[in-house]
Amino acid sequence: MDRFIPNRSASNLDVANYNVSREAKDVENLDALSPTKLEYKKQLAANLGQDDSARILAFKQKAPAPAEGFENHMAALYSANAGPRPKKAFRAVPQQPDRILDAPDLVDDYYLNLLDWSSTNAVAVALNQAVYLWNASSGDIQELLSAQGEDYITSLSWAADGKHLAVGYSSALTQIWDAERCKPVRNLGGHAARVSSLSWNNHTLSTGGRDSLILHHDVRVREHVTATLRGHEQEVCGLKWSPNGTQLASGGNDNLLMIWDAAADRATHRITAHQAAVKALAWCPFQSNLLATGGGTADRTIKFHNTHTGALLNSIDTGSQVCSLQWNRHERELLSSHGFSQNQLCLWKYPSMAKVAELTGHTSRVLHLAQSPDGTTVVSAAADETLRFWRCFGEPAGAAPKGGAKPGAAAGSLLRSVNIR
Amino acid sequence: MSATAQATRNEITLKGSVATVSEFFRHALSSILYQRGIYAPESFEPVKAYGLTVMAVKDVKLTAYLQAVLGQFSEWLQGGALQKVVLVVTGVASKEVLERWTFDIRTDKGVVAGSAPLPEKAEGQITQEIQAIIRQITASVTFLPLLQDKCTIDLLAYTDKENAVPLDWEESDPRYIANAADVKLRAFSTKVHNVEALVSYKADDDLL
Repeated sequence: MDRFIPNRSASNLDVANYNVSREAKDVENLDALSPTKLEYKKQLAANLGQDDSARILAFKQKAPAPAEGFENHMAALYSANAGPRPKKAFRAVPQQPDRILDAPDLVDDYYLNLLDWSSTNAVAVALNQAVYLWNASSGDIQELLSAQGEDYITSLSWAADGKHLAVGYSSALTQIWDAERCKPVRNLGGHAARVSSLSWNNHTLSTGGRDSLILHHDVRVREHVTATLRGHEQEVCGLKWSPNGTQLASGGNDNLLMIWDAAADRATHRITAHQAAVKALAWCPFQSNLLATGGGTADRTIKFHNTHTGALLNSIDTGSQVCSLQWNRHERELLSSHGFSQNQLCLWKYPSMAKVAELTGHTSRVLHLAQSPDGTTVVSAAADETLRFWRCFGEPAGAAPKGGAKPGAAAGSLLRSVNIR
Repeated sequence: MSATAQATRNEITLKGSVATVSEFFRHALSSILYQRGIYAPESFEPVKAYGLTVMAVKDVKLTAYLQAVLGQFSEWLQGGALQKVVLVVTGVASKEVLERWTFDIRTDKGVVAGSAPLPEKAEGQITQEIQAIIRQITASVTFLPLLQDKCTIDLLAYTDKENAVPLDWEESDPRYIANAADVKLRAFSTKVHNVEALVSYKADDDLL
C-alpha cells in the first residue's frame, strides 16, 4: 500500500532513501549486543585511547586572535642558532643590467682577453686599437692609448695596485702603462706572436702568446724574462695565477690545461679533459686548490679540478661555449658567460651546480667577464659591442644586517627580565 | 595558599588545593602562550610568582578569556570532576594541531567527599614543584619546533560524565596530533590534587 505524496519537492529524497534502507541494517542497538561484544567494544575503545569514562569538553568561546601581522618573536631565538636547517631564502638576482655602455669596435675573437677591472675601480677595455678606461665611481671615460698601424690590442691585465696596466699587442709586444699619468712605463719583448693572455703575480707578469710559450717577466729588473714555460702546442688563450701565487693555470687552443708551480718550468699537471680550447679559467676564492675551467664550442663544459692532485672533480655540460668564468667571493657561486645561442650569463650554486640565475640581454657571444673590487658587480663584454654591468653577486655578508635581530629586539628585553636561575 | 584561617599551615584543604591548582593553571597557561610566541610579547607582563618571574597575561581580551576558563576549572575541581586540561595549539592556515599541552589531574576522591582527613604538605614544597614545572615550560623552547604560522589556541577539559555540561562548553573530539613526539614534564602534588604535565608536538621530519 503506498501513500500518495502530492508534493515530492518538500522531501529530501537522498536522505529519505538512506534512512529507509538503513533501518534494515541497523545493528547499533546496544541492548541487542551480547556481553562479549560489549566487552570487546570497551577494550577496543580503551586501546584506541578513547576514555569512555570522561567527557571531553571544549570551551565554546574562542580565544582572541593574536594581532594582525604579528610574527612569532621566538623566531629570533631560533634564527640565532642557525641550526641544521639550510638557509632557504635566496637573494633576488636582478635580471636586468645596472648599466649598458657602448663598446664599438670590440674585436670578436674568442682567444683574446680584452677586459679587466682594477682594484681602484676602473674598467679597462680594449676596442680594437685603443684602450679606454672607465671610472666606475665617477663615470668618466678616458682613452689611455692607441696602437699604431695594423697593430691591435690582444690582452689587458691590471696589476694588483690598480695603477699599472699590462697591455699585450698583436705585434708580440707587451707594455706596462701607468694609468694615472697615462704613460708607458716599460716594454717587454720575448714573444714571437701576439700576446693573447696576461696574469700578474706581485711583481711577476706572466704572458701567454700565440707562439704557445708562456713567459714570466720580473718587471723590476732589466733582464725581465725570468722563465720560459713550454708545454702548449697552440695559442695560450687562458692564463691565471692562483690567489695565493703558488700555481699558474694555463689553457690553450690545443685543448690542454696546464698547471705550473711558481718555481718550476715544467708543468706539474697536464690535463686533457677538455674537448675544445680552454680559455675560461677561474681559481676558487674559498678553496685554495680548486680551479674551474670552461671549454669552447666543441666542449661546452665547465670542469672543476684539484690542482694539487690534478684530479677532475666535476664536469657539467652547459650547452653552449664557455667564454669566461668568475667566482662569487661572498657566496659559493660561479658565474659563466656563454655564446651561441643564448649569449647568456649563468649563475651556478657551488658545489651543487644548480642554476641560480640566467642573465640574458646580449645579442652576441659574451666574450669577457670582469668583477668589481667589492665583488658585487660583474661587467660583461660581448661581440654585440656592449658592456653590461650586472649586480648579480649580492652584498658581502658583513654588510647585510642579520634578519632575526629586528623582531627579536623587543622580545630580548622582556626575555632578559624573566630570570631563569 | 590555605583559605581558612584556622587550618595549620601544612594542612591542605580542598578549597586551598583548588586555589593552588587554579593559580598554577593561570601561570602555566600564560607562560606557554608567551614562550611559544602565540601572542605578541606586548600582551604580557612579568609578575613574581613561585619565587620566579613569570609572564602573566596583560591583554584585556585574553585575560577575560582565561578568567572565564579558569573559573569553570575551579568549579569542576571543587567537585572533583576535572580529569585533564588540554591546551591545543592549532595553525590558522593549516588547521592542523601543532602542539598539545596536557595536564593530567588526579584527585583524592576521599577529600572531595569530605570523608577522609585533610592531608598535610608543606607549602614551600608545593611551590618548589610548581616552580620546576614553570621552568620546564620555559626551557621547552630548546626542543619544541618553532611555530611559524599564526596559531590559535583551544582549551579542552576532560570531565566526569555525570555532571551537566555548562552552557559555555560543548562536546569536542580530543584533537590528537598525527605523528606526535611526547615529552613528559614534571608533576606537582598538593596531596589532594596531583597534576602531571606533558607536551605533545608534531615531530616535523623536515627539521631532522
